[in-house]
Amino acid sequence: MNKYTFTVFLLLALVAPHADALSVFACEPEWGSLLHELAGDTIQVDVGTSALQDVHVIEAKTSLIAKVRKADLIVCSGADLEIGWLPQLIRQAGNSKVASGPGYFLASDQITTLEKPSSLDRSEGDIHPQGNPHFQLDPNRVLAIAKALDARLVELDAAHAAEYQKRLADFSTRWSAAIVAWQAKAAPLKGRKVVVHHLSSVYLNTWLGMEQVGALEPKPGVPPTSAHLASLIEITKSSNALAILHAAYQDPKPGEWLSERTGVPSVTLPFTVGGDDKSKDLFGLFDSTIDKLLAAVK
Amino acid sequence: MKIAVQIPVLMSAVLLNAVAGGTSAATVSDAQLQALDERIHALETESAKLREQAAAALAAADAARTELEKMKANLQAAQQSQATAAVAAPAQSSGPSAGGANGNAFNPGIAVILNGEYAHHSLKPDNYVRAGFPLVDGTGPGPQGLSLGESEISFAANVDDKFYGQLTLSYHDDNGSVGTEIEEAYIDTLSLPDGFNVRAGRFFSNIGYLNSHHTHTDSFVDRPLAYQAFLGNQYGDDGAQLRWLAPLDFYLEFGGEVFRGENFPTNGANHSGVGAHTFFAHAGGDVGTENSWLAGVSMLKAKSTQADDGFSGDNTLYVADATWKWAPNGNTKDGGVTVRSEYFLDRRDGTYFTPANPPVLDVNGNPIDPALFLPWTGDRRGLYLEGVYRLNRTWDLGYRYDKLWAANNGPLASDFDPLRHSVELTWRNSEFSFFRLQLSHDEPTRNTTDNALYLQYDVSLGAHGAHKF
Repeated sequence: MNKYTFTVFLLLALVAPHADALSVFACEPEWGSLLHELAGDTIQVDVGTSALQDVHVIEAKTSLIAKVRKADLIVCSGADLEIGWLPQLIRQAGNSKVASGPGYFLASDQITTLEKPSSLDRSEGDIHPQGNPHFQLDPNRVLAIAKALDARLVELDAAHAAEYQKRLADFSTRWSAAIVAWQAKAAPLKGRKVVVHHLSSVYLNTWLGMEQVGALEPKPGVPPTSAHLASLIEITKSSNALAILHAAYQDPKPGEWLSERTGVPSVTLPFTVGGDDKSKDLFGLFDSTIDKLLAAVK
Repeated sequence: MKIAVQIPVLMSAVLLNAVAGGTSAATVSDAQLQALDERIHALETESAKLREQAAAALAAADAARTELEKMKANLQAAQQSQATAAVAAPAQSSGPSAGGANGNAFNPGIAVILNGEYAHHSLKPDNYVRAGFPLVDGTGPGPQGLSLGESEISFAANVDDKFYGQLTLSYHDDNGSVGTEIEEAYIDTLSLPDGFNVRAGRFFSNIGYLNSHHTHTDSFVDRPLAYQAFLGNQYGDDGAQLRWLAPLDFYLEFGGEVFRGENFPTNGANHSGVGAHTFFAHAGGDVGTENSWLAGVSMLKAKSTQADDGFSGDNTLYVADATWKWAPNGNTKDGGVTVRSEYFLDRRDGTYFTPANPPVLDVNGNPIDPALFLPWTGDRRGLYLEGVYRLNRTWDLGYRYDKLWAANNGPLASDFDPLRHSVELTWRNSEFSFFRLQLSHDEPTRNTTDNALYLQYDVSLGAHGAHKF
């Protein structure tokens, strides 16, 4: 091998370090974490948002367009959660691989959603016609999505099919065991009542048997008003609520205000991967969520 | 369990028998010994048999326990997969029936923007003149009092797997001429490879920053002076656009457009109806999680005949734009600061006639009396700089500085450069509605001042818009 050939090889290696690795854009951190469980370092994952951002109102930033431009697959929640920015990203990126077809994976298409509104009217706030899109807090749905997502990875990258299948089997085993453990641990939460910030914890409530008695936002997407908060004092007290819940990305002040007046603790849930120190992956997310809820029981 | 207990009992019985036999050994006969030996032997055999049975029973119990655990695990797995299956979407979703009876299912997304305002100007709009910059249709201070702003309706949908289409109709009221116009009507490609996009139809040019943005996404009631003077608020025309996005870790876009050249700043559809063309480049990215930027340079080149500002000849417009957004944790809707500036350089090489008194042309389009024409060669410049502070999801507060530099010589020469300051306060009830108060101090000429107050509402109905950064 002469010097010239060597230089060419070196250049090629520099230009295309991951030429064969599948490049995936995940709209939210939970899907980034799931992709890591299912593919490890076999694929290259870019996550578009963080747990401290409100994914309803992300802007179609140029950095996101650049990421979508390079992607072979985009993985998003769907159910109109990203309607204010994802269509713009796809249209501006000019990447036909992810505009439709196998490169376009919406988690909401793989599962059934809750809270599908029977009538649509914006006087009810920013409602989602396809149901509540915050289903990452139901581990059963996460598993269903994992299976569908793994099939998609296999479809797009058959060369690593065995790896994806092996990792899915491993993840399913660990995840199913974890669900049993979480359910056992969370037994004291059953039947407890909670006040939520935004209607974003219906899946968690349904799974753990908790009941929502009020929401800090008068309508989805409409910021809490003092009059509405005042109206929640009575119900929060009389229902012996366990906690006032809000996600890491939401303003803690309205919840704290209500907490001061009712004595019911205000609890910040991580909501997704990265929402607190313990939520480093999907397992940590559920560990932390249940621990924080149980801490309110004591 | 029962078997396990029985074994020691049995063993002790055998032992007891043996000890009892031992104590009377002196008095027993050989026959008795023989019988005893046989009995011990029999007992031993029986005990061994029982031991075997016990072991077998234990093994069976073990097997049963394993079986039970397996069944339990299966049950759990079944429950688990049932729970998973219960939430998984059915493989065959209940789509439209094969008959396809529902003709509305594929209707495009319809979005309506309603916009209205109240304005009070200290200078009567009819007396408003801007030094060095003739007012073209739709620009200037706007009407006094109550008026309907730009209210529009748009339809958008994917056409098929390869195209996207959008139609925007707008109601406008320019100096009393009321009408509906096709503001935009274009198709976009969806499936070109390697970052290419083509748009064709009538659309707003991608030059600068604000030009491609619809006015209802602006932070102020009206467009900056430079947009009014050089682009008639917003340049849109019939044409085609090609854009390419580089496959890099940051955003880098290049593009160009060809236009008919019928709308301000150009006119006359020269060059056989391809009278204007543009080039633009935009770059952008993030600095950490809290800062984002976007910057660009653009150029519009056109050959015009009797444009609205009275110009005929070659005009070239250069635009440089820069935007910086900072928001805590990147939540731009909940707080932060947006700073934006655009700089314009407008270069003319042609002639000027008074628009109010257009000259008579011969069959070739040349003025019959060239004396009515004045040469117009030279540069004018413009700039705006705006900063908007988002207090929270409900309120934002902004300031904008506007400046135009008139030509030093030629037909529109002025030794005064128009200047304006504006402040705005916006209240948002939701993503879909806002009310805005704006105060402006405008110095269009050396001797006139227009202090204006605007109140504006802007709401959007229907399909949820997805806006550009």
